[in-house]
Amino acid sequence: MRTGRLALVSAVGLALSSCGSARPSATPTTAASATAIDVFAAASLTGASTAATTALAASAGVRATYNFGGSNTLVTQILQGAPADVFASADRANMGRLVAAGLVETPVTFARNRLEIAVAPGNPKHIAGPADLARRGVNVVMEAPGVPAGDYARALFGSEHLGVRPVSLETDVKSALAKVTSGEADATVVYATDVAAAGAATSGVPIAPALQPDITYPIAVVKATRHRAAAEAFVRSAVSGAVQRDLEAAGFLPPR
Amino acid sequence: MPAAVPAVLAAAGVVFVGLPLVGLLERVSWSSLGSELSAHDAYVALRLSLETSLGALAVAVAFGLPLAWVLARRTFPGRALVRALVVLPMVLPPVVGGIALLYAFGRRGLAGQLLYDLTGWRLVFNTSGAVLAEAFVSMPFLVVTAEAAFRSMDRRAEEAAATLGAGPAYRFWRVTLPAVAPALGAGAALTWARALGEFGATITFAGNLPGVTQTSPLLIYLDIESGHETTALALSLVLLLVSLGVLVGLRQRWLGNP
Amino acid sequence: MSLSADVDLRIGGLRLRAELDVGDDAAVAVVGPNGAGKTTLLRALAGLTPLDAGRVVIGGAVVDDPRAGVRVPTEERRVGVVFQEPRLFDHLTSLQNVAFGLRARGASRTEARAGAAGWLERVGLAHVAGLRPRQLSGGQAQRVALARTLATEPAVLLLDEPLASVDATARADLRHLLRQELRRYPGSRLIVTHDPVEAAALADRLVVLEDGRVTQQGPLSEVTARPRSAWVAEMVGLNLLEGTASGRSVVAGAGAVVSTATSLTGPVFVAFRPNAVTLHRRAPEGSARNVWEGRVSELHPAGDRARVRFEGPVALVAEVTAGAVADLALADGGRVWASVKATDVEVYPA
Repeated sequence: MRTGRLALVSAVGLALSSCGSARPSATPTTAASATAIDVFAAASLTGASTAATTALAASAGVRATYNFGGSNTLVTQILQGAPADVFASADRANMGRLVAAGLVETPVTFARNRLEIAVAPGNPKHIAGPADLARRGVNVVMEAPGVPAGDYARALFGSEHLGVRPVSLETDVKSALAKVTSGEADATVVYATDVAAAGAATSGVPIAPALQPDITYPIAVVKATRHRAAAEAFVRSAVSGAVQRDLEAAGFLPPR
Repeated sequence: MPAAVPAVLAAAGVVFVGLPLVGLLERVSWSSLGSELSAHDAYVALRLSLETSLGALAVAVAFGLPLAWVLARRTFPGRALVRALVVLPMVLPPVVGGIALLYAFGRRGLAGQLLYDLTGWRLVFNTSGAVLAEAFVSMPFLVVTAEAAFRSMDRRAEEAAATLGAGPAYRFWRVTLPAVAPALGAGAALTWARALGEFGATITFAGNLPGVTQTSPLLIYLDIESGHETTALALSLVLLLVSLGVLVGLRQRWLGNP
Repeated sequence: MSLSADVDLRIGGLRLRAELDVGDDAAVAVVGPNGAGKTTLLRALAGLTPLDAGRVVIGGAVVDDPRAGVRVPTEERRVGVVFQEPRLFDHLTSLQNVAFGLRARGASRTEARAGAAGWLERVGLAHVAGLRPRQLSGGQAQRVALARTLATEPAVLLLDEPLASVDATARADLRHLLRQELRRYPGSRLIVTHDPVEAAALADRLVVLEDGRVTQQGPLSEVTARPRSAWVAEMVGLNLLEGTASGRSVVAGAGAVVSTATSLTGPVFVAFRPNAVTLHRRAPEGSARNVWEGRVSELHPAGDRARVRFEGPVALVAEVTAGAVADLALADGGRVWASVKATDVEVYPA
């Protein structure tokens, strides 16, 4: 009975994460009088980065409510007028769309990430690098066009002339990783932070530094914010020492 | 209660349902509609949607019709439970349905593992998986309508057929089925329309690959996500018109014809 | 082929317990009040309602015997049934309806069509061959149903109130057709009806079913002359008394004595026609007369006659002229004497 209920709970949890929908999550406040702001953050900042984002909130002295989602989804929402105070993107391109639309202040880079190949625990298919993903009999899932992780991986395969034929194009990193952890797929390319967050459910195969794209996380104040001071404080804290240490612990690289 | 209140609330209800559709239509880029729909991705997705939804309908009929028959005509212990069970996908969030399908028919699922070990056949990431997901979600529509039809039909004609020497199979094909045909047609149309619009279970269970598992609703979602709104709207319009066509066609059966 | 049945079943509040033999020589009508189990009996014979016990034998073959685990399904029994309502197949034309049984029994399409056309012709409906049931009148539909059943040449023909769904104008024609077809039909024939006119027109023998049991059976003339239950007496329009005979005198009901022309001993039925009863305002004189004193409880004028319900030592119905009603001032109430000649009284063992 107990395990049954657990299975159901985890099924629903997996469902929520794999459909890539935005998931608001409240974080406890440090001060009762703290200003409440809405932070739209890239899905790859969920999970492993919870500690860092909590610290972000604590050090900035504001109460932040997070709306995690695919960067492109969040951009679409902000373009449609969603009430965001801060936007943290997983890539420059999506942030660029908001910059071009004149909806955000000048972005600040607060973290970098690396790509990693996520495989089943123990790496049963003996995948050593991106070239093995083009092998017959290896079922690779990727993210759909427009999802940064997928676009990075496609660029990588393209430059290396690897004929990787994915069996599915998932809507976001979490869904792609879920396909590997559930055993349906053999491998996918995600961020190193995602592999770290997944713990024992997956093993990570590193990708050579020479092949790594420049994955930067810009953060910016949304111009339409009604809590400008709090939002600016939040953005400043993102590059502060305490938050940077937490981000590093979660597998992120510091901004260059 | 003033007499105008129900009318006002009814009008508000119509607006509530109608306004989003108007919003959709207002955004459709009519001039480029043709080119959007004939674009490779949209065309492939539409064709795949047609194939998988018809496949799902076939699966639903193949299993749902006998099921409806048994539920309507046989008494057995646990019938109420079975009836609730087969209708469950109607109210289950489709994404949960997709997860459940993974646990059952995934490569490590209860039946999926056996299937894979025995035949090497995989449903996930395959068109057959999309068909399965759509059938899972849409079959209840067929079972519910068919069961009601089998239950409510005039059985006296079946008795007459038996006295004329017609055995069970002959009676079913020549008497029962023609008698319930209109209701079955309506049920099949609803089933097909539901399968055509299926999204959550399909993307969760079958995945998303153009030409293999990327049906129109999946493409619509991804196009919206990546900012290709015009294609998404053009496809939405097609699905909307098809659904509307089905419902208008069924109006006489379901809403009565005033 | 003969039909022999011993039916024992419960359905709803009814317990049906009836034995029945139907030879090929006589058409049998099962009559009885509503709810007596007539239709249930017919359905049990056809295999549409299961027996709890007993057996059904058609042409020497056991088709139903629950204790022995035998239950031949309806479609293999070679019983033809004409139901109360036509029960035609709505999606088929008249011709296809009649051809249905032939097709079901394996005839080719051409054979079945030819056979069906012949039967439609025979019931006078060749001109509606292409019409669907909803385009037919009630009488036409029941004729098609009859043709459809006869076309399969069943060993046993069962008709359940075949005229009930037909309006009065078409009824006479259909009754005539039924009579004709029943005469020509070579197998066992059983008609369920509550209508004495229909029974008399279509059957040679009567089986009376009351409250799930056979209360009387025999040739039509015998049952109508010597009813053995109040319902049959009422149906055939006779007064019926039950009593104990010793010689030419019968003690009936609450001590009333009936004189008879025939000498019998023991329990007996006494029957006499309502028009054999004479009513008087004064005590009549004369011999060999049964005279009872009582009062008029109901008066039903019918043309130049009137039916008078009399309550005295015995209850009876008298049929008198309208003139007598006026002369005797029967409508005014008061004491009345009823008399019946002993020679008008039929007495027979109970």
